[in-house]
Amino acid sequence: MSTTVANQERSGVDFARILVSFGPLIFLAALIVVFTVMNPNFIDPINIFNIMRQISITGLIALGMTFVILTAGIDLSVGSLLAFCGMVAAVVAKGGAANTLSLDPSQAAGYGWFAAMMAAVLVGALCGGVQGLAITRLKVPPFVVTLGGLTIFRGLTLTISNGGPISGFDASMRWFGTGLIGPVPVPAVIFIIAAILCHIVLRYTRYGRAVYAVGGNAEAARLSGLRVNRILISVYVIVGFFSGLAAFVLSARLNSAEAVAGMGYELTVISAVVIGGTSLFGGVGSITGTVVGAALIGVLQNGLQFNNVSSYTQSIVIGLILVIAVAFDRWLKSRVRR
Amino acid sequence: MSSNDPSMKAPEALLVVDGVTKRFAGVTALDYVSLEVRSGEILGLMGENGAGKSTLLKILSGVQPPTGGSIVFDGQDYRPASPDEAKRLGVVTIYQELSLIPTLSVAENIFVGRAPTGPLGLVNWRRMEREAREIIARVGLTLDPRTPVSSLSVAEQQLVEIARALSLDSRLIIMDEPTSALTESEVQTLLSIMDRLRSDGVAIMFVTHRLEEASSICDRMTVLRDGKLAGHLKRENGMPIAISGIIERMVGREASELYARSTERPEAGQVRLSIRGLRTVRDPEAPHAIVLEGVDLDLRAGEILGVAGLVGSGRTELARAIFGADRIAAGTITLDGKTIDPRTPADAIALGIGLVPEDRKHQAIFAELGILNNFSVAALSSYSNRLGFMQERKERDALEIYRKMLSIRMAAPEQAIEGLSGGNQQKVILARWLARDPKILIVDEPTRGVDVGAKAEVHQILVQLAARGIAVMVISSELPEVIAVSDRIVTMRRGRITGEMPALEANEEKLMALMALDRQGGIAA
Repeated sequence: MSTTVANQERSGVDFARILVSFGPLIFLAALIVVFTVMNPNFIDPINIFNIMRQISITGLIALGMTFVILTAGIDLSVGSLLAFCGMVAAVVAKGGAANTLSLDPSQAAGYGWFAAMMAAVLVGALCGGVQGLAITRLKVPPFVVTLGGLTIFRGLTLTISNGGPISGFDASMRWFGTGLIGPVPVPAVIFIIAAILCHIVLRYTRYGRAVYAVGGNAEAARLSGLRVNRILISVYVIVGFFSGLAAFVLSARLNSAEAVAGMGYELTVISAVVIGGTSLFGGVGSITGTVVGAALIGVLQNGLQFNNVSSYTQSIVIGLILVIAVAFDRWLKSRVRR
Repeated sequence: MSSNDPSMKAPEALLVVDGVTKRFAGVTALDYVSLEVRSGEILGLMGENGAGKSTLLKILSGVQPPTGGSIVFDGQDYRPASPDEAKRLGVVTIYQELSLIPTLSVAENIFVGRAPTGPLGLVNWRRMEREAREIIARVGLTLDPRTPVSSLSVAEQQLVEIARALSLDSRLIIMDEPTSALTESEVQTLLSIMDRLRSDGVAIMFVTHRLEEASSICDRMTVLRDGKLAGHLKRENGMPIAISGIIERMVGREASELYARSTERPEAGQVRLSIRGLRTVRDPEAPHAIVLEGVDLDLRAGEILGVAGLVGSGRTELARAIFGADRIAAGTITLDGKTIDPRTPADAIALGIGLVPEDRKHQAIFAELGILNNFSVAALSSYSNRLGFMQERKERDALEIYRKMLSIRMAAPEQAIEGLSGGNQQKVILARWLARDPKILIVDEPTRGVDVGAKAEVHQILVQLAARGIAVMVISSELPEVIAVSDRIVTMRRGRITGEMPALEANEEKLMALMALDRQGGIAA
C-alpha cells in the first residue's frame, strides 16, 4: 500500500471524527435553517433570546444531569425536586406559607431574594445528597431511588404549600426571572455562566477526570484509588443544586411557586443530555453536547409554535425528532468505527 | 503426506478452506489462507492476537463473507449468510463469551427456539427434560437439567454449549479459546471430552493460545501469522507436536528468545512487606469465593516474588487483601516495619502499593477514555494544582517519558485505549503505577491476553522495576512465566502457602506438585 493511500484514509477518518463531534450541532443548525426558511422572523434576536430564556430552566438541570449520566446514573426526581425547592424558596421569600394568595409584594415580610436562593440550592443539594447516600450505602439502583424521590418531593411540595401556589415576590427577586442584562434575559445569563463553569469543572479538573473514570469503569476506578462512593454522591448533590437554582429562577419568572411545577421535566432534561451525545452507560459525554441538546429541544418547541403547529402535533414531532437526532448521532459514530 | 503413515486412514476432508482472503477498507486481515479439517480429528488453529484467527472464525461461522477464495463443506460449496445458516449446515462455533441465557435452565437453553411441544402447542416439559438429560450425558454431565445456567461453573456451561451443538447434529465444532477460563482439572475434563467426540467422528477445530494443551490433543495444526499461513504441523509417530516448532511459526523466530532472563540480578534488599496469619472473611454474597486461611509471606525490596497456584488457590485473593480490595479478618501486614491496615484500595495506594489486576478489561482499563486519562487516573493529584485543576502539560510530559521507557506503541495521548493491543494496554497500566513510584507492585497475570511477542517485553519491564528497588509480586497461572521472571517462588493452594523455592531451582513439575499437594495422581503434567 502506498503512503498516499494511507494518508487519504487517515484524513477521511479525521473528517468523519469532526462530523461526529459536531453531529448534534449540525442537526441544530439544520433545524434553525428550516425554521428560518419557513418564517424569517424566527432568526430575529428577540426570538433567539426568547428561546434562550425558555431553555434556561431545563438547561440548568441538564447541566447537573450530565454529571449524573456520566457516572452511568440517572435522576428521575428533578422535576419534583424543582417544585419542592421552588416552594421552599417562595416560603423563605415570603416569610411563611400563610399569605399564599397575596400578590402584593408590600405585604411580604420575607427574608429577601438571597435567602430564598440559598434555601432553594441548599435544599436541592441536600435532597440530592440523601438520594446519593441511598444509592451508594443501601445499594439501591439510581433509577429506583430517584423514582421514589419523584413521588416523595412532590408530596413534600404539596404538604408545605397545602396544594396551592405561593405567589407575589418583590422586584429584586423577580429580576432573576424577568430581568435583562443588556438585551440578554437574566435566566439565559445564569445558564450560560453555569454551563461554562460546569464545562471547566468536567474538562479541566481532577474531579472531572474522576467523574469520567467512575462512569467509564467503576471497578477500575476503585482499584485506581478513587473514592467512588463519594464521587457518586457528589453528582447527585450537583444535580440537586441545579434543580434548586432552576427552581429559584422559575419561581422568580412566574412570580409564583406552583405545586405542580416541573411535571415531566425529568424527561426533557434527560433528552437534552442524551441528544447531546452523553452515553446512558456512562463515561462518554460533555457539557457542550448538553447545551446543544437543550438548545435543540428549545429551537424545536419554539419553531413549531412559531409556525402555529398545534401543541398536540408538537409532542409528536418533538418525540420523533429526539429519536431521529440520536439515531443520526449513532449512525455517524458507526461510520467512523467502520 | 499422510500416505506414508499406514496408521492413518486419510479420511476425506470435511471442510476445505482454499485461498480464503478477507480485506477491510485497505487492510488485509486474511491473505490467501488454506486449511483442511477431517471428520474424527482435532485441528489446532494457532496464532498470536491479530494473526487472523478471529477473522477466519467469523467467516466460517457465517458472521462475515470472505473477500475471495472458496470453502467446501461436506462436498458442497459453503457460503453461510448468517450464523444461523452455518448452524443449520452443521458448523457450530463456541465462543469464549458463551451464548447461553443465564436465567434459563439447562434444558431450556439446549432447546431454545425448538422446545418439544404437545398437541396444543404447549411445551412438553417432561420430554424436554428427559432428552436434555440424555444430551448432556454425552459430554459427561450428570446435573439436573432444570438447574438454571447461572448457577453452573464456566466449565459446566461450556459443556452445556457443546452438548447443545451435538444435539443439533453438528459435524464440525469450532471452539474459540475454550480453556482460557477453566481450572487445570476442568481443562483435563474438556480435553477428554474432545477426545471422545473425536472418536465419535466429530471434526473439531480448536482455537487456542495455550500451546501445551494444543500440542497434547491436536492431530494437526495450522498456524497463522499476520493474516498469512505460517505453516501446517502434524503429529509424527504418535508424538505430540513440538511446542518450539509452534512458537517459531507463530512469532517467526526462535522460542528460546522468549522466557529468557537477560541479566543476573543483584541480591534482594531488606524485607518491605511482611504478612503474618492473614485471613479473609467469607462474603455472604459470594459463598463459593476463596478465603485466605492464614498466609505468611515476606516480600523484599528489589526482588520479584512469583506466586504460583491454580485457579481457586487464593492467589488473586491474596493480592486483593494486601491491596485493601477485600476485607481482612485476621493477621497482620507490615510495610517497612510499620503495621498497616489498608481498608480500601485508596488506602493501599497512599501507602505505596500498586496492583495490576488480572482482568484488564473489567478491572483496569477505561475502554472509551483516552490513553492519557487511563495513565494518570491513579495519580491525579500529582498532575493537578492545589485548586484541583489538571496540569495537562506535566501529565503529557510524564506519559511521554513512560511511552519511551516502556516502548508503548500508540498514535496520540487522546487515542481511546481500547484501540491498543493487549500488550500496549498492559504497558499503559504499568505506567499508571510507575507514575506513583510505588514501593510494592503486585502484578496479577502480567501477560494475560498479551501477544507472545509482547510477553517478553512485559517480563523485561518487571525485571527493570525490581532492579529499581521496587518489591514486585507476580501472580501467574503460566508456570514457565513464573519461573522465568521470578527470583523466588511460593506456591498456593486453598488459601494457604504450600511451598517456597528459589526460581533457579524451580521447574514445572516441582511447582505443580506443591500446588496440588494432597491430590493424588489427578494432575496431568
